[in-house]
Amino acid sequence: MSYILILGGRVVDPVSGVDAERDVLLRDGRVAAVEAPGALEGVQVAERIDAAGCVVAPGLVDVHVHLREPGQTYKESIRTGTAAAAAGGFTTVVAMPNTVPVNDSVAGLEWMLDAARGSLVKLLAMPAATVGSMGAVLTDFAALHAAGAVGFTDDGKPVLEDAMMRSALVAAARLGVPVSQHAEDTRLTGGCSMNAGPLAFRLGLRGMTVEAEARIVERDIRLLREIERAEGLRAHLHVQHVSTARAMAAIRAAKADGLHVTCEVAPHHFALTDEAIGDYDTNAKMNPPLRAEADRRAMVAGLMDGTVDCIATDHAPHALFEKEQEFERAPNGITGLETALGLALRVLHQGEGMPLSRVVQLMSAAPAGIIALQGRGTLGVGSFADVVVFDAAAEWRFDAKTTRSKSRNTPFDGAAMLGRVKATICEGRIVYRGYKAMA
Amino acid sequence: MVERSKYAVGSLLTIADVPVEQVSAILGETSRLERMPHTERARMLAGRRIALLFYESSTRTRTSFELAAKSLGATTTLVSDKSSSIEKGESLKDTGLTLKALGAECIILRHPASGAPFLLARTTGLPVLNAGDGMHEHPSQALLDLRTILTRLGRDASRVDAASLHGVTVVITGDILHSRVARSNALLLPRLGAKVLLCGPAALLPEDALALGAGVEIVRDFDEALRRAQVVMMLRIQKERVVGLEIDLADYIERYQLSAERLAASAPQALVMHPGPMIRGLEIAGEVADGPNSAIEDQVRHGLAVRSALLARALGADGFESVTV
Repeated sequence: MSYILILGGRVVDPVSGVDAERDVLLRDGRVAAVEAPGALEGVQVAERIDAAGCVVAPGLVDVHVHLREPGQTYKESIRTGTAAAAAGGFTTVVAMPNTVPVNDSVAGLEWMLDAARGSLVKLLAMPAATVGSMGAVLTDFAALHAAGAVGFTDDGKPVLEDAMMRSALVAAARLGVPVSQHAEDTRLTGGCSMNAGPLAFRLGLRGMTVEAEARIVERDIRLLREIERAEGLRAHLHVQHVSTARAMAAIRAAKADGLHVTCEVAPHHFALTDEAIGDYDTNAKMNPPLRAEADRRAMVAGLMDGTVDCIATDHAPHALFEKEQEFERAPNGITGLETALGLALRVLHQGEGMPLSRVVQLMSAAPAGIIALQGRGTLGVGSFADVVVFDAAAEWRFDAKTTRSKSRNTPFDGAAMLGRVKATICEGRIVYRGYKAMA
Repeated sequence: MVERSKYAVGSLLTIADVPVEQVSAILGETSRLERMPHTERARMLAGRRIALLFYESSTRTRTSFELAAKSLGATTTLVSDKSSSIEKGESLKDTGLTLKALGAECIILRHPASGAPFLLARTTGLPVLNAGDGMHEHPSQALLDLRTILTRLGRDASRVDAASLHGVTVVITGDILHSRVARSNALLLPRLGAKVLLCGPAALLPEDALALGAGVEIVRDFDEALRRAQVVMMLRIQKERVVGLEIDLADYIERYQLSAERLAASAPQALVMHPGPMIRGLEIAGEVADGPNSAIEDQVRHGLAVRSALLARALGADGFESVTV
């Protein structure tokens, strides 16, 4: 079928331990060979990609995106959202269930994952943990899992009741998938639109406390212990978009105790603080909110010391008319698929000295591991031909007008990025071609 | 802090954005307009259109802005959330654009959401005067309070610099958390040399209030604060913004009410101010409000004068820019 040869790039594949100049041959949607430069020269291919000066890495994996379909396609569709993913170097994304209607049924899940939706990358989904994400009745985990669910979450509407969260963790553990929790005690955050603290006081906005996040994380960790004791089950809690030093400390301690806790950090939480709100910029409004500098530093520390398992964008498109409202009325969320790699490389690699291979791992192999994806997140021979080629040294500025997403709600319009995607290949198909015409 | 180019010249969105020289120019213009003969003043904004857009109830602010505009000859129109298409769900942006299309050259906005004036100014491109936004700011109130203080303390009220309130301590007492008046005053008065003491229970005055900047201090004991003060500004407990706070009113009155006895004992000479509306018998005793120390009605009068100058500034009326410090 289709042959693609990627020539002269620096292959960075943390899983197989390769960080060296290699040529990569893709055949029939799989990685066919990874060889020393020149070794594959004789192969007849449909397309050759000159990757000289570029990094060739496993396609990026995002375990947390909102694609808004069904129900809110004025914000985004599966097609446009995955086009943005491809432009950002992602080859696998996991759709959150807060669509309209909520993705809480096998029929809904199958509809979402159907090829007719036109996803450009590998589309996976975490359906709702409770019916309608209302927190009252568990969804049919077994049936949804059989239909492709890679985890369960009521993202945005945290599972507050202890008994319900416990049941969800147990049911998911029996299937070997995580419960992914948006950690926010919403009983403490009514009417709040930013981080609590001096800036919130100054702006006259009600603030979400650190406690509101930490309490749920600490509660969920306690549930893991109880489940292990009572049922001998090793349940998997995945904490979404950690934003506070206190929650990070709780996760670090739980990991040290051997509990199965994983977590993600979003680029905006390691790149920005609540100061980015400026004069009530609703593009700096999301949930969890941008926090104080000490919290941002704690996110960086967690990424550096391995407490953080992966980077996830929480890509959350909203239409201009929705964001062009009073700060307290505007919806939470920002787009993130096209800025994640550029921010990770600038802030973590260039700014903090994180090895490039570690950045790649945090955005590919590590998130793939959280949802136990087979054959993705690596360039090992035989794995899916999911590849991102990027110029790791390219300095550029993101221009929201050029986005593939339907929405432009980003605080990173005009922001400095490091590392630019030249090509994204998903299962052997080139789904994004970068800023330069390629050979 | 605010990127000025995004907002029309003459906007007043936050007092923090107005440098001392501008404050001085506004006060100078206030005095100039006050001295100006009626007939001349009424030509200043003749034929100009000013919209008052009020999403919250108001007596003093709305009336004084309206009378100020009319005294300069402008045509005003009042749009309130209760009797307009806002009730039908029209957005702030669209409401602003509608007013602009009808010829409004300046919008005076009162809104329950902090930051709403920034949004209106960005989306309409018009000069916007913040007449109180949520718990954020009430910058024209700070300016009229400043003029009241200067006048009553016998200082030059037509021009100010960083030392104009040197040696003056102002205590602001009450519901600081929900008060836009407190924020604007705490952001303005220290830049003119005053010391601002914030006073109130922790539930209404979090330590985060110190973020308002240098020259601001928290003093929990009202009597102690009063003993240091030349000016005392009392605030209403904002029932409409207090969510889930348990305030024991009897205890509050005991600790924080400005009673005649307390005033006589701790600050017999102090100037007493209140931005209104006041609840007599709660944060302030009736006899104090009506007593010789009270500057409450002065504040209202200065409000009319200062707001005239703000409107002239917003519309770039002749003479304003010639006022120098």
